[in-house]
Amino acid sequence: DMDMETDQIYQIDVGNLLAFNPNHRFSSAPSSREELVKECVTEGTKLVQAIADTLFNLPSTETNDGPLVQLPPPTTKLPREKHLPRPKPPTKWEEFALKKGIQKRKKDKIVYDETTDKFKRRHGYDRVNDDNDIPIIEAKASDEPGEDPFAKRLDDKKKRVGKQEKNRLENLKTAAKAGALPSHVQLAVTGLPISGTKTQPKKIGKEALGDVAGLAATSTASGGKFDKKLPGEKPPKKQGKHHKYLPVVPRYGWVDEEKEQTNKVLGKLLSKHSHEILNVGKAINMYNDKKEKKKSGRSDKLKAKKDITKKKPYANKAN
Amino acid sequence: MMEIRTPKTHKAKRVLEKRAPKLVENGKKTLILHGTKTSATLSSVLMELYRLKKGGAIKYSRRNENIRPFESGGETSLEFFSQKTDCSIFAYGSHTKKRPDNLVLGRMYDHHVYDLIEVGIDNFKSLLSFSYDKKIAPHEGSKPFICFTGEGFENVPELKQLKEVLTDLFRGEVVDNLNLTGLDRAYICSAISPTKVFLTHCAIKLKKSGSIVPRIELVEVGPSMDLVIRRNRLPNEGLRKEAMKSSKDKPKKKVKNVDQDDVLGKRGRIFIPEQEVGKTPLPDKSKGVKRERREGKLKKKKNKEEGSASKKHKESE
Repeated sequence: DMDMETDQIYQIDVGNLLAFNPNHRFSSAPSSREELVKECVTEGTKLVQAIADTLFNLPSTETNDGPLVQLPPPTTKLPREKHLPRPKPPTKWEEFALKKGIQKRKKDKIVYDETTDKFKRRHGYDRVNDDNDIPIIEAKASDEPGEDPFAKRLDDKKKRVGKQEKNRLENLKTAAKAGALPSHVQLAVTGLPISGTKTQPKKIGKEALGDVAGLAATSTASGGKFDKKLPGEKPPKKQGKHHKYLPVVPRYGWVDEEKEQTNKVLGKLLSKHSHEILNVGKAINMYNDKKEKKKSGRSDKLKAKKDITKKKPYANKAN
Repeated sequence: MMEIRTPKTHKAKRVLEKRAPKLVENGKKTLILHGTKTSATLSSVLMELYRLKKGGAIKYSRRNENIRPFESGGETSLEFFSQKTDCSIFAYGSHTKKRPDNLVLGRMYDHHVYDLIEVGIDNFKSLLSFSYDKKIAPHEGSKPFICFTGEGFENVPELKQLKEVLTDLFRGEVVDNLNLTGLDRAYICSAISPTKVFLTHCAIKLKKSGSIVPRIELVEVGPSMDLVIRRNRLPNEGLRKEAMKSSKDKPKKKVKNVDQDDVLGKRGRIFIPEQEVGKTPLPDKSKGVKRERREGKLKKKKNKEEGSASKKHKESE
């Protein structure tokens, strides 16, 4: 608070560079706009001067940019923009450790390895007691004969990691309930659980969606050829037989592909091992089937049988 | 089925940490937007407000039809924007027949509306209409002086709320150290009537005076406007108490390399870099740098000036 004139005391907050003069009275009938503005600016100047008086008398340090002063903390209380950070609830392990009286011990980064008589790091490349480095695992009496102990080790590790992840998720859920989730973590709901089951609903892949869209397109009269496509949708895959037509006239300097094709087939037929290409068993079966069909003579049930005994209607009408 | 999602880049992590609730908070950012219809004065007010608060404000240019701050359902959009942009103060402008040149200033607590105050703008003078010496123009982002004059700010509850909102709006970051050469702007708010406040923005001229404290001179640089109080909404008591809470304890700074012992007392550790004896810089023993040579050259100069051709002159050649 600073005394300026006889009964004028300003409320000054140096931390916010704020000053308030509660005693000034503006006349209810102002003379003119300019006069009013002038009055306001003059009063403002006095207030700024009052703040500057305190400010420039603060102990300052000289820097390259100019004198630097240490501002006192602001005195006007303003509302916060976010809540105060809430205390984190203890995790399951922390509760257990507290109950049992287990103290945290600082672990060294470098540990002495007895198998190689060297100092190795605890985590990372070439670490102490690496699980993957064990070349021989001795069989115990309790081991089953067909079981792979190395695979078993990997499996055990996977299970341990999975359990730890589950525990971590549970701890984060309790923290989120208390409103104290760490700022860099977000818990996201991935899929809605089907009541009664624990399975995750299957996600439809891109290709499956494309196939379904193709199927739907065939229901149109032109087979989906002129359907309006969404931005980013790929053109429909070619339906029906896929023909590869060879060029009619062979390109200059290139191999005549048509000739090559026929030569290839001929070569296979007339070669020494042509009997091996032909599946004799299959050929015999096909021949026999054809023969039998001809013998029975149109034994197709779906085909309507012609009754020779039936008279043709209107047969004698011409007469 | 829940999944833990963590940021995959350091930048994303830093952004999340910046936006998290802290003991000592960052400066409040302002969100400036407008409703279905704006007038010429209102759009220039919003634009100039954005310019004054450049660096700590975000301006949306599209019109927002479903924002009605004083209605119960009309705040959802505002809260969503506040969440997305991390802004705790907003200035919403709209122009209707019933409320011409309307500006709603509001604050958020935890991205929910905390309090609102609606003012009408009269006698607006744009900063382009003020002519002044460009050398004293305030720099962007400098910490301003804020001055309030008038008994209305103490007696009238709406003006009291407006005083608090304007302080929050213009304050910017709370700093520990301040460079005295960077003080170049001041906001003057005067309660000219129980319902009207005259707001203007001035540049500061420091003039020589007898003492270390310079003499202050204010020059209006604009914008200037009259704010007429319309509606307001105060925060409810419980919310206000919670928002005003502040923790007394400062976060303890870890002092490294110092440990206290009852037996040995306070001990510190000093780390000296490894002394590489083989790599110490050797003296420069090149011929021209030798002292005898340098002194010889000086003497040669002296002899030349004297004009005598001495033995040394021949030797040094």
